[in-house]
Amino acid sequence: MIPSKFEYFAPASLAEAVSLLSKYQEEAKPLAGGQSLISLLKLRLASLKYLVDLAGIAELNYIREEGAGPSGTISIGALTTYAQIKESKLLQSKCPLLPQTASVVGDVQVRNRGTLGGSLAHADPAGDMPAAILALKAELKAVGPQGERWIQADDFFLGMMETALSPDEILSEIRVPVLPDHKMIYRKAARRPSDFAMVGIALCLKARDDQTCEEISIGVTGVTDKPYRAEETEKRLRGKKLEPKIIEEAASAITEGVDVMENMHASQDFRSHLARVYVSRAIAAAGIRS
Amino acid sequence: MKVPVEITVNGTRHRSEVEPRLLLVHYLRDVLDLTGTHVGCETGLCGACTILLDGEAVKSCMMLAVQANVRAVETVEGLSVEGELDAVQRGFWEEHGLQCGFCTPGMLLSAHDLLRRSPQPTEEEIQRAIHGNLCRCTGYQTIVKAIQNAGDKMRAGKPSAASSSPSTRGRR
Ligand SMILES: Cc1cc2nc3c(=O)[nH]c(=O)nc-3n(C[C@H](O)[C@H](O)[C@H](O)COP(=O)(O)OP(=O)(O)OC[C@H]3O[C@@H](n4cnc5c(N)ncnc54)[C@H](O)[C@@H]3O)c2cc1C
Ligand code: FES
Ligand code: FES
Repeated sequence: MIPSKFEYFAPASLAEAVSLLSKYQEEAKPLAGGQSLISLLKLRLASLKYLVDLAGIAELNYIREEGAGPSGTISIGALTTYAQIKESKLLQSKCPLLPQTASVVGDVQVRNRGTLGGSLAHADPAGDMPAAILALKAELKAVGPQGERWIQADDFFLGMMETALSPDEILSEIRVPVLPDHKMIYRKAARRPSDFAMVGIALCLKARDDQTCEEISIGVTGVTDKPYRAEETEKRLRGKKLEPKIIEEAASAITEGVDVMENMHASQDFRSHLARVYVSRAIAAAGIRS
Repeated sequence: MKVPVEITVNGTRHRSEVEPRLLLVHYLRDVLDLTGTHVGCETGLCGACTILLDGEAVKSCMMLAVQANVRAVETVEGLSVEGELDAVQRGFWEEHGLQCGFCTPGMLLSAHDLLRRSPQPTEEEIQRAIHGNLCRCTGYQTIVKAIQNAGDKMRAGKPSAASSSPSTRGRR
């Protein structure tokens, strides 16, 4: 399997990469870890005239804390790999959802190459990181010929492998809040350990000692054509005491208003069932008795 | 249009002109004639093509050769030290970690990635480390033992311990 011919660029700066993309528009694509794009090119599901390799842009690979206290954030460069996220001490202590999620993406080899930015820009309907990014209400920085703009995670995923990025924009940074009082859990149902999720649930939950839910956000992947926030489930839990009956009722709304996917891995019914069970398990794993 | 690349493979620097669409695995096998790196699925699923890129396990069918420009690659051909099998290879030999041997080059390099990060891995860690490497023969049990054996050898500082691991040798 060999990709069709293309011309290759390896720009050393973000500005240079953006100017190549704005020159060639739909005929060009950025290349990050290649763990999705190289497959598409080999299978000739995608073919392009110009490939813009981002790997040489050092300014896109970092994890750093900005500001302290409750309003603190962590900024992650788009080229940061799953392996770097998994091993980051800063993220493990201040935003454990990302390392937890990154550690169940694919296998070692995929995690050594695949990047956070690539995973979000690719927007696979069963990608793991998008669920985490939604649950964290992250902000995403896009850089294009007109300069930069920030996109809320909730506005980023538009459909099957479709995002708010335009062809001449590069996702450069992902900014997540530091949420010290939140429990963070990612739970993934997959046929085999390195497979894509049939269902993936990312949870950020802040509960009082008496188990009253103060804040909750849930990102869901694998269920429909794009990752989404389970708003109805969140609404049914926010401000409530997290008791078994309430959790069960809220979990039953996890696919509400969603066109549930069906494929060889799981039927619609099974997938909906998994989503209900896994969101309940995620809440249980957050230390809530049920 | 061909582009120039300079790739260090098993410690030797190679300069070539390649088509950008050439996969790294084909560069290794067809241009450099290093056929120890196997092609199983060519879709990123089997891990037979696993190599080390700057010391980290990656699937060479999921990369273009141009992406390895000015970087260091280690393949199974680079493991032995002065004609002697290295610790991981000897672990596989002693524990019967292979039958047909098709998956073995990839398994060896995944094992190197693991043992560099975690010199004394648990059984579960080893299993997780080879999720990306399929073996159709052994049932994996002997491979897990082989990697444990290799870890023991490396820690005991026998010949070809950490100082000559491919990840450090490959870097220039
Ligand atoms: C064997 C295997 C198993 C896998 N298992 C999983 C899994 O369990 N869960 C999971 O979530 N994923 C899985 N993946 C997919 C993997 O996560 C990919 O790495 C990821 O989807 C893409 O990231 P990348 O850096 O490799 O991007 P690339 O493949 O380089 O690019 C993907 C797309 O994003 C665009 N792009 C990349 N970076 C940017 C950027 N900064 N700005 C704008 N556009 C950009 C590219 O143009 C391309 O269209 C698996 C892949 C393989 C091969
Ligand atoms: S040949 Fe590369 S993963 Fe199978
Ligand atoms: S020994 Fe035959 S595939 Fe592993």
